[in-house]
Amino acid sequence: MLKTFPKGGVHPPENKISANKPIEALPLPSKVSILVSQHIGAPATILVAKGDKVKVGQLIAQSSGFVSANIHSSVSGTVESLDAVMDSSGYKRTAITITVEGDEWEESIDRSKDLNKTISLSAEEIIKKISASGIVGLGGATFPSHVKLSIPAGKKAEVLIINGVECEPYLTSDHRLMLEKGHELMVGIQILMRALNVDKAFIGIENNKPDAIAHLQSLETEYPGIKVQALKVKYPQGGEKQLIKSITNREVPSGGLPIDIGAVVHNVGTAFAVYEAVQKNKPLFERVVTVTGKELAKPSNFVVRIGTPISSLIDAAGGFPEDTGKVVNGGPMMGKALSDTNVPVTKGTSGVIVFKETDSKRKAEGACIRCAKCVSACPMGLEPFLLIKLSQRMMYDRLETERIMDCMECGSCSFGCPANLPLLDYIRLGKGEVGKIIRARKN
Amino acid sequence: MNKLIVSPSPHIHSDESTRRLMFNVVLALLPTLVVSIYYFGVGAIMVTMVSVASCVLFEYLIQKFIIKGKTTISDGSAIVTGILLAFNVPSNLPWYIVVIGSLVAIGVAKMSFGGLGNNPFNPALVGRVFMLISFPVQMTSWPLPIESRLKYIDAITGPTPLAILKEGLKNGENISQLTDKLPSHMQMFMGLMGGSLGEIAAFALLIGFAWLLFTKTITWHIPVSIFTTITVFTGILWLINPEKNADPLFHLLTGGVMLGAIFMATDYVTSPMHPLGMWIFGIGIGLLTVIIRVWGAYPEGVSFAILIMNAFVPLINRYVKPKRFGEEVK
Repeated sequence: MLKTFPKGGVHPPENKISANKPIEALPLPSKVSILVSQHIGAPATILVAKGDKVKVGQLIAQSSGFVSANIHSSVSGTVESLDAVMDSSGYKRTAITITVEGDEWEESIDRSKDLNKTISLSAEEIIKKISASGIVGLGGATFPSHVKLSIPAGKKAEVLIINGVECEPYLTSDHRLMLEKGHELMVGIQILMRALNVDKAFIGIENNKPDAIAHLQSLETEYPGIKVQALKVKYPQGGEKQLIKSITNREVPSGGLPIDIGAVVHNVGTAFAVYEAVQKNKPLFERVVTVTGKELAKPSNFVVRIGTPISSLIDAAGGFPEDTGKVVNGGPMMGKALSDTNVPVTKGTSGVIVFKETDSKRKAEGACIRCAKCVSACPMGLEPFLLIKLSQRMMYDRLETERIMDCMECGSCSFGCPANLPLLDYIRLGKGEVGKIIRARKN
Repeated sequence: MNKLIVSPSPHIHSDESTRRLMFNVVLALLPTLVVSIYYFGVGAIMVTMVSVASCVLFEYLIQKFIIKGKTTISDGSAIVTGILLAFNVPSNLPWYIVVIGSLVAIGVAKMSFGGLGNNPFNPALVGRVFMLISFPVQMTSWPLPIESRLKYIDAITGPTPLAILKEGLKNGENISQLTDKLPSHMQMFMGLMGGSLGEIAAFALLIGFAWLLFTKTITWHIPVSIFTTITVFTGILWLINPEKNADPLFHLLTGGVMLGAIFMATDYVTSPMHPLGMWIFGIGIGLLTVIIRVWGAYPEGVSFAILIMNAFVPLINRYVKPKRFGEEVK
């Protein structure tokens, strides 16, 4: 039986062009720029100096707090500079730029392809290892994973949910990972289960990936406690709160966290990274990135070293098509449009999508006809038509009572608006202001 | 390479547009229009053409010369208003009254509030009620279907079933005595009775309803809540005294219930925006319709009921909220 979340959602065209392209390693770039802030939380503290020689997997910036993450070198070579480079949001951020020389890995990393199913570490050791390996949520949120695994006092994890939904159109990196690294993924999930001390885990996968569902289902008996749950194709099925609702039929309270109802959610990419970190002693310095677009010559799924410029991914996928209008970092519903394609790949880069110019521009805005399509599309039960008006009129108190902070910016409202209104743009503005007011009140 | 376009997410959009929604409404109205032309011939064609042309023209003229802004007639909403206005009047209505009705519908009810999306009341119904009050004789002479096909102003007229019922009950007759004068339920379903040119053929309107649901242009809530309320309310009255009250099916198939519930009450701009509000709105329309029909001075009350409930929509939207995600904390 397919499960789904009951309220809202939209059905954008799937366009999973690269779904049949096996994961391949991207050739090493000549230079990488590794941002010290690739995660939610405090930026990491730099441990290297200009001119230092580094190896693949070497710790080059250290976590600077509980909510922060270690950063490891993704290449071997010489640190060229510690200057700011542009990130995907267009801000200048501190990065460690390394000139690549050869490909010399830290000896401690087990580079063999052998599957290691024996989990020898205890829960605390696992969390410590995950933290040391710099693992963050690879679905795009980049929240440090060890924080999610450290259950606060008074709460108890009951179920682990693995997010293999990949509800964003175009993206296929998680799909390929589930197909090609099924065993490693299952072991990674068992490691997470031990860390959380739970005996059941569900892998939620949208029904548009029947091969991945079948493959992981065939492994279920080998890895007891893990169950694959097929889900209806509906965006945003992979939204954390929606996924928990679909699988457990429980709702994370407004303003609360999944652990409030005993759930912990990790992405399949994260679970795979956990396998590599715990079983292979390999810190997080590379990830799978989908490079796709309808006009792209060779849509692909690449294993990419963190810090590689996005332009080299596009070059490897056949180069920029003639009439490129927009390059999106992430999915088309929630990703960020890049102003410069030299920005580096980070731990949160799940995909790069190239749009032609005619697909890049918004259509002309019309008048709101109060058709309520935004209300029925909103998976959080909000009223986007109202939020945009209140936001334009800067009525922040009212916005707060209309629960604007519940918005997760999935974009379903703007996607379906017949009048092409920039609903989410104004909701973001309003959220920003209301957030400031709430923080000021707390202090 | 050219400069890249940067804009916030989402970067894709559905192919939904206002024009497409309006186009689907027009398509949904087509079966009824065809049936109307079959039943009322020249009159139906004449009234619909005048109504659509004058609605579009008035919107254009007002936008161009009074507001001096962008003209938006291409969104198709004026065409929908024009067709609906025509559907709400008798097929023998003189063309100049139709023009006046269109001016009130577009000029007063729609453009004076700021155009599409801002009008609190359904423009076509405001136009109809204005005509009903200003030209009561012309607005209540109902051509008989089929017989008057080749006639316009000089059509052979007869009363509507609701008028027969009202008049008969007033004269102290019982339902059983009136049965001979009233069309059968099947005839009513097929539209073989007096009435406005677009309200009589229930089967054609239901085909339109199916199309609107299939294309997801509207949701089922408003029409179904109206039908349910009318059925329950008139059903109770009928069970209490079947000699003085018509049966629920009679009420559903006569007058403007089908047209009103499917096409007028579901007007986006003037109806609530989520299911619970829609139910309140629909129940209100159903109750008011029956109250006017059974105890009011007019034999028919759908137009008034919808307009009255239109006035409550801002209030409903203000106080009735959709169920928020994560509201019930366990």
